[in-house]
Amino acid sequence: MRVFKLKRENFIPFMKGLSKFGELWGPVRKGDRYVYANEPPEKFVLNAIRTIVPAKKFFLPQKSTILKFKNNEWLEHYDVKKRVIFGLHPCDIHALNIYHKFYTRLYPDPYYLKNRENTLIVGLSCLPDENCFCHLTDTETVNEGFDLFLTDLGDKFLVWVGSPKGDESLKLVKDLIEDTTQKDIDEYVEWRKKRRSMFKVSLDLEGMPEILTFNYDSPIWEQMGEACLSCGTCTMVCPSCTCFDIDDEFDIRTDEMNRQRYWYSCVFREYSMVAGGHNFREARSERLKLWYTHKLVGFMSEYGSPACVGCGRCVVSCPVDINVITVAKALLKEKPDAFWARMASSNVEVQHA
Amino acid sequence: MLKANAPKCNIRGNVVVEENPYFPERARIVRKFDLTRDVRFFQVRICDQDKVMTWTTNYKPGQFMMISLPNAGEAPFSITSTPSRPGLFEFCIRKVGRLTSKLFELKENDFIWLRGPFGNGFPVEMMYGKDLLFVAGGLGAAPLRSVLLYALDYRDRFGKIFYLYGAKTPDDMLFREEFFRMKERDDFECYLTVDADPTGLWPFDIGVVTSLFKYVNVDADNTVAIVCGPPVMYKYVVDEFLKIGIPDDHIFMTLERKMKCGIGKCGQCVVEHKYTCVDGPVFTLWDVKNIRTLI
Ligand SMILES: Cc1cc2nc3c(=O)[nH]c(=O)nc-3n(C[C@H](O)[C@H](O)[C@H](O)COP(=O)(O)OP(=O)(O)OC[C@H]3O[C@@H](n4cnc5c(N)ncnc54)[C@H](O)[C@@H]3O)c2cc1C
Ligand code: SF4
Ligand code: SF4
Ligand code: FES
Repeated sequence: MRVFKLKRENFIPFMKGLSKFGELWGPVRKGDRYVYANEPPEKFVLNAIRTIVPAKKFFLPQKSTILKFKNNEWLEHYDVKKRVIFGLHPCDIHALNIYHKFYTRLYPDPYYLKNRENTLIVGLSCLPDENCFCHLTDTETVNEGFDLFLTDLGDKFLVWVGSPKGDESLKLVKDLIEDTTQKDIDEYVEWRKKRRSMFKVSLDLEGMPEILTFNYDSPIWEQMGEACLSCGTCTMVCPSCTCFDIDDEFDIRTDEMNRQRYWYSCVFREYSMVAGGHNFREARSERLKLWYTHKLVGFMSEYGSPACVGCGRCVVSCPVDINVITVAKALLKEKPDAFWARMASSNVEVQHA
Repeated sequence: MLKANAPKCNIRGNVVVEENPYFPERARIVRKFDLTRDVRFFQVRICDQDKVMTWTTNYKPGQFMMISLPNAGEAPFSITSTPSRPGLFEFCIRKVGRLTSKLFELKENDFIWLRGPFGNGFPVEMMYGKDLLFVAGGLGAAPLRSVLLYALDYRDRFGKIFYLYGAKTPDDMLFREEFFRMKERDDFECYLTVDADPTGLWPFDIGVVTSLFKYVNVDADNTVAIVCGPPVMYKYVVDEFLKIGIPDDHIFMTLERKMKCGIGKCGQCVVEHKYTCVDGPVFTLWDVKNIRTLI
């Protein structure tokens, strides 16, 4: 892979140069967390840890119109903007690769593809916090799926070129980048060592597919089901969750009928309802079981790797601590430090709507 | 690592989209009539003349289409016609909710919209040369009629054919007159039963559909069995298939899940790692045994 050097003082001009490709989006602070925002690059936080909502929103928006109905005809509807998305970490790019595989298999999704074609993905290296575990999911480095990737080495960035589109985009900033030296590469190797030593989560995730399969009837599913609020946060924040719903909406202002697609969650009760009101997964525990078996086992048989990239979003987002780490710990018979597990051992009653 | 040296999802290769798989094709209702109190038969024709023949010959019995009306949403319905009789698509639709109620308000010559065909369908080629045993219950006759008519249209390609159909009452039997006429054919065996007969006029068997197995006489090792009906029926019927000695992978069934896209994307039809809309809706008993919660 081709790699160049970008001096730190040239970062802002570099970003401004790339923004000639399209709208510039990057991680900015929101409260004590981060979001992707369309802001000038001076506002971007280079040591931002995971954003609240992952970058999937640029490729499959939370809500979008896919068709419009006029004069007895359906018309395709695309709402595509040229964008540069900066600040995706290796796990985020791995998740997008899963998205890509998923949305281009069988019946390629034209909306996804249009968005993808019009996006320049500029990755950024990161240092893990206590909830990151990409070292356990084999997603701590990334070789493809980005156009450019910046590794932050302090006084400089290494700029990796990951695609022809990325190569092309460098023409916009050609005066700002220079060739790398052996010293730069040595520094990079040191940096990787340092990064590797920073991971806190230690857990034996190997063999999780088998362990999950064997624990299909484990009581922990019931325990989690008791605590789960069916709020859907976990699926919204997970960068590899892909499910959506489709519905028609009448727009009174424009007198138009829109067929909308919006994010949907397998933890919602309506998810598995069929005619006659029969629900294949009435219990919350059954729906959580689907979530985890699909993510960690199901995906495996289809794509050869599980769909968790270790970003830690579920770890910081679930109000009752149901996440890949606590589930794996419970299945491995290590006591997880989790609200749902404490609730199970104290038998607290929770009121559900 | 979750699995050592697991191959990664890679993203090489250019993907070209030839057709938007979400785009509905306009069709016209040619004919409609009631089959039962709440099930209506619809014959529809694609409006675009250039597409009529390709669409109505290029599908498999057991596949479904997504039918939609603007502002009423979209839902999957089995194609009940056969590609051996091209030109039209036929559906049996039960009125249960928002979309189906709107469909019931339509008149002949009104428009509806179709996407598809989707799903794997029945493996008709592997059925060549074999005895066929069809068992339908209630609305399950809709997808089964497609493969039955197909087999009858290409009668020479198959061995013996048995068709067993059970409905609650004579009034609940789909295509009742059509099946009555079929009973007169002597190149296949058609048995009909009802759970109860309030009319007192039913001339055939009374009892659950499994009671018709006494008429069945097939070469078990060389038989393909297909069951379609309400989920509660499957266990009993499958037990009968197994009693006869039909192998797991020769027993087929169609399964219903909620479906929103039909193309393996929305995730609403997922069962473990299977997307029922593309990996199904036709599954073998072997699949069912290996994929928990499939039925
Ligand atoms: C592969 C397949 C083939 C089918 N073939 C036929 C057929 O030939 N004839 C027929 O009448 N019906 C068939 N169905 C069922 C049909 O899709 C539903 O009855 C239809 O979606 C109801 O739509 P609605 O808007 O009228 O109901 P809604 O107002 O959406 O809901 C009414 C009830 O139907 C349930 N429901 C909603 N969507 C679905 C869905 N996609 N599948 C099942 N239940 C659902 C709801 O949970 C609710 O209980 C099939 C379903 C599948 C998956
Ligand atoms: S697992 Fe947690 S985040 Fe997901 S629905 Fe349940 S309570 Fe909400
Ligand atoms: S399951 Fe949790 S850690 Fe894994 S990718 Fe999804 S949000 Fe990130
Ligand atoms: S119906 Fe959407 S994935 Fe199967």
